[in-house]
Amino acid sequence: MKLITHNMLTSKCLKGVVTGYPLAINATDVKISEVDFNPEFISRIIPKLDWEVLWKAAESIGHSEGLPQTIDPKFEDNEEFLRKAHKVLLEVEVEEGYLTCPESGRQFPISKGIPNMLLTEAEVQ
Amino acid sequence: MWRRYLMWFAHEHVDFRHAEMQSILSMFDIPIKFIEKPCIKKPYWVVELPSEDHVRIIASRSVLVKNCIELWSHAKCEAQLHDNLKIAIKNISGQWVSQLASDDNDLTYSQICPSELITACCNPSKSFKVDVETFCKHFSMREKVDKIENFSYLPLEGPVKLKNPDITLSYLEFYGVDPNNVPEQPYDVFFGRWIADGQRDLIQRHSLKRRQFIGNTSMDAQLSLIMANQAQVLPGDILLDPFVGSGSLLVAAGHFGAHVWGSDIDFMMLHARSRPTRVGQKVRKKDESIKGNMKQYGIESRYLDVVVSDFSLPMWRDDLRFDAIVTDPPYGVREPTERIGIERENYTLSDQHLANHIPSKVEYGLPHIYSDLLNFAARHLEMGRRLVCWYPLVRDEYKEDELPSHPCLRLVANSEQVLSKLTARRLLTYEKVHDDVPHLPVDPNAMAHNFREKYFNMGEMTRKERKEKRAAEMSANAVGKAQNSEHKKHS
Repeated sequence: MKLITHNMLTSKCLKGVVTGYPLAINATDVKISEVDFNPEFISRIIPKLDWEVLWKAAESIGHSEGLPQTIDPKFEDNEEFLRKAHKVLLEVEVEEGYLTCPESGRQFPISKGIPNMLLTEAEVQ
Repeated sequence: MWRRYLMWFAHEHVDFRHAEMQSILSMFDIPIKFIEKPCIKKPYWVVELPSEDHVRIIASRSVLVKNCIELWSHAKCEAQLHDNLKIAIKNISGQWVSQLASDDNDLTYSQICPSELITACCNPSKSFKVDVETFCKHFSMREKVDKIENFSYLPLEGPVKLKNPDITLSYLEFYGVDPNNVPEQPYDVFFGRWIADGQRDLIQRHSLKRRQFIGNTSMDAQLSLIMANQAQVLPGDILLDPFVGSGSLLVAAGHFGAHVWGSDIDFMMLHARSRPTRVGQKVRKKDESIKGNMKQYGIESRYLDVVVSDFSLPMWRDDLRFDAIVTDPPYGVREPTERIGIERENYTLSDQHLANHIPSKVEYGLPHIYSDLLNFAARHLEMGRRLVCWYPLVRDEYKEDELPSHPCLRLVANSEQVLSKLTARRLLTYEKVHDDVPHLPVDPNAMAHNFREKYFNMGEMTRKERKEKRAAEMSANAVGKAQNSEHKKHS
């Protein structure tokens, strides 16, 4: 699971959970894989992100190094900034671990890089 | 400069031709003028477009276009074509003119192109070749060479070069689309300068035969690419397939530059641990996965993630907007329509079972799936962007006004792919036109209701009928034989 995905996921499917965001990350295996840098795409995705959530998520798994805490107002022209955002958004991958709902504490496992957001039949009744 | 072009199409998925072209034209804002009204019985369009670059853009996306030709002459027969071209060499008016012969009232065939189209190719430094293509009739190489020789009056001064020439001229003869009824003489003949080929090659390159990871219902390469065009996917877009399966649609969308997310309820499928689909393959290979497929085509950097999730429950942040949603939901025939649930009341799970628990599933009816899908698209699409999805139905019951609808979404294309005598699926393309999002309840009378039941019942009926028919025939034969032998005895 990439951090761009984490930035968009919620656990509001759970009964009684209002926003279910952001999910906490517990990672037991994180890997870095190289992904082609595409500044246009990164520029386009930045306005869709919750930057604070991204920064905290990166920090919680030990990969916030060099990532600014706030968005540079002229980020489109700042290649250095875009490259850092690119790395954190697309290259850092949580392979094994789990996501935790901030309201209920329900855990969702991540295995082989794929989060499992399924509930049990008892939870959807 | 506006010029006249011949767009030659593959004669398959005819019902998708107009939809795909319209999607491409509107995606790149290309105006078009029809010189001849398109007809589904003709695999070509005669159009005018603002420039050669526009033609190239269309060809760079379309999988249904075979090639595009700058039209020099369109005639009823070879002789007329040569007459037209000979006059065209002297037509210095800079535009198409009509040369109406006294005994011919059909303007289509007597139009003369401006000479500049031809003279632009006459430069002695430009190598050229002439290709002959015949639709629905075969000719030997000798016959084709003879046809080429007939163009010797053209003032082409450059050398002939068969491999990578500067200019490729194209002569086409059209013998109709019915291979059982091929006429002696062609219906139409065309001549012009080849501009570009469409993306037919991609169909081979993306073929499921050589794809690492496929499932039972993987979408074939051509239809996946058409879907990506319907969704007007452009580089840098973000796209979601909420019933992703083995990810065929992600591959096609990724090819055109989209960054892709997928989700599916099927844990085993996303982890590529479902039973192998290929004949003879006993176990899935280790590197089989959706991500692996993206890697196979060199577009791994556009893979975002896949998530195991139940589409009937919300998962994405409310304010997330996708540039496209492209999907092929399960129809309940080859893939089950399921969501998490249980019929029993007050069901609880003990902690010891929780760890590796596989939740039970209940029916997620088609009307519910499409209602959820349209509501989801109405909320999560960027304004003006598209939802593209398949919709199965019984052909007899099809009524356009009963297709799934939502006040925020406008149906912009609807193409049929026939599956059997009685069933079909339609590729529906919706565009988001409003942003205030009312959540619509499920329409209990939705057409797709019980598609599965109808599908199997109808299958059974025809099978039963066939059996009865065969039995009746056999008994009739037996009676006939008996009578015959009786007859012989008497004689």
